[in-house]
Amino acid sequence: MKKKKVKSSAGSKVFTVLNSLFMIAFIVITLYPVLNTVAISFNDGIDAVRGGIYLWPRKFAIKNYQTVLAMENLITGAKVTVARTVIGTVSSVIANALLAYVVSRKRFIFKSQLSLFWVITMYVNGGMIPVFMLYRNLGLTGSFWVYVIPGMIGAWNMLVMRTYMLGLPDSLEESAQLDGAGYMTIFTKIISPLCKPVYATVVLFVAVGQWNSWFDAMLYNRMKTEYTTLQYELMKLLSSVMQQSGNAAAASERGSAAAAVTPITVRSAATVVTMLPIICLYPFLQRYFITGLTIGGVKE
Amino acid sequence: MDQGAVKVKRDKKITWKEIKRQKTLLIISFFVVIYGIIFYYWPLTGWIMAFQNYKPAKGILGSEFVGLDKFKFLFEDATFLRVIRNTFCMGALNLLTTTVMAILFAVLLNEIRSSVAKKTVQTISYLPHFLSWIIVAGILHDALSSTGIVNDLLLRANIIDQAINFFAYPRYFWPIVAFANCWKETGWNAIIYLAAITAIDPSLYEAASIDGAGRLQKIRHITLPGIKPTIMILLLMNIGNVLNAGFEVQYILGNGLVKSVSDTIDIYVLKWGISQNDFSLGTAAGIFKSAVSIALIVIGNQLAKRAGEERLF
Repeated sequence: MKKKKVKSSAGSKVFTVLNSLFMIAFIVITLYPVLNTVAISFNDGIDAVRGGIYLWPRKFAIKNYQTVLAMENLITGAKVTVARTVIGTVSSVIANALLAYVVSRKRFIFKSQLSLFWVITMYVNGGMIPVFMLYRNLGLTGSFWVYVIPGMIGAWNMLVMRTYMLGLPDSLEESAQLDGAGYMTIFTKIISPLCKPVYATVVLFVAVGQWNSWFDAMLYNRMKTEYTTLQYELMKLLSSVMQQSGNAAAASERGSAAAAVTPITVRSAATVVTMLPIICLYPFLQRYFITGLTIGGVKE
Repeated sequence: MDQGAVKVKRDKKITWKEIKRQKTLLIISFFVVIYGIIFYYWPLTGWIMAFQNYKPAKGILGSEFVGLDKFKFLFEDATFLRVIRNTFCMGALNLLTTTVMAILFAVLLNEIRSSVAKKTVQTISYLPHFLSWIIVAGILHDALSSTGIVNDLLLRANIIDQAINFFAYPRYFWPIVAFANCWKETGWNAIIYLAAITAIDPSLYEAASIDGAGRLQKIRHITLPGIKPTIMILLLMNIGNVLNAGFEVQYILGNGLVKSVSDTIDIYVLKWGISQNDFSLGTAAGIFKSAVSIALIVIGNQLAKRAGEERLF
């Protein structure tokens, strides 16, 4: 250790300085746009159109948030998004875990065939149109369940769980079987408690996917405003900003007498509301997604 | 022969007893397979539509077969050829830039001595991954707008004397998309490289220090070779996804002015298939994409095999 210190030559010092600068630049580029959005969301709408707002609002206002929280489509979107995130995540984790449990039983007679059956689905898929027709024929379009049922089992998440389960000692299953436990009991009482970390990983992946998806809402439920999602509503707001950039008058359409809000500020406020839950949660879940990625990336 | 017979016999011997014992597993498998057939395999039968002049009223069974006409139409359509180019070029550019950025970030982060600083930087670096493309596109739109930070800085530095509308010029679109991908995924993609770096034997670094190697030399001769297998396998896994990487950002940020460079295969499918109701053409374009993706995976795998690197299958 001491020797290293002595050796930290001029070259090493230059490296340290440059490396630190790189990291600072990285953090600024990552955080600035997010903080800027927060600043704009607390700024007066018409004033914001002028631009020049950086990390702090110039003309403070909470009108944007009042507007956002009074927008019925956003409220509906938020409810649907919460529902799909909860129901979709729970069902998906249970289904994937059961399947992973089955294919990770070393004595199961069809374990390799069943694994292959799912691995193939990672590489071959019917494509947008046949899938769209299938959902329509099944009556899934125009319903809430299109968010939950089609994506319930996914090969990647299943394989991450399988890899983890294969790492558990076989003796656990064998001794339980000697005690007369059936496969379901072994799954619920012995394997699942040990799999909590990998379940948490999959919960995180699925929940983030559910929270952030908008394309399915646009494609399958465009006409059903009661099944709109937060991100899809956000997308509509973004399109209106992009089409009428700088046109403050567009906001008066909302009927807010003072017209102190514009698409730009309303969109910023809606963005902050949408990303807040995720930003608050993800730092505490780091070890779970790191586990999942390392398992998933190593093989299959 | 002999061995096969013995094996069959042994399988047979346990079969009935095993089937009974594994009843629960078999029941679960049964339902799971039904689910898989409906949601993953059944849509493949829809590929027939690509060879038909599909009419919703007549259905797949009643529609007229037209052979490869739809594919012929696609490859004679200048728009589709441009769309292929856009998808491929953006996908390749994204793969290249995100991989380089992730490796650079992982290697440099690994050189930070203070663990608190390291942890903080890393936590911040994941943040954009968790934001949806809608949010990222919105943020990008703000940053690049005429009053946004980029124009602001360029004006202040006197590099330009009038704000640029970045979304109005085709030449900026691909770099913007590549930047968006790097911004969103660098920290996330670095996770796996950091894990690979941790797995490198520390004694290699000690030995190199004793030999008087500097930090850059150690990165070049130990860290990078140490994570080479990981880099190769991730590139392989992602080569098959090159054509998949082109939908959300392009759909959200694309506009009439940059359509010639922003439209991708998926957007083409959406426009023709869903909006214009030409299911046959949309399906044909989708099949083309699948076929190319699979070919890319196989080619990547072969290349890796020849180079003596790890393979996917």
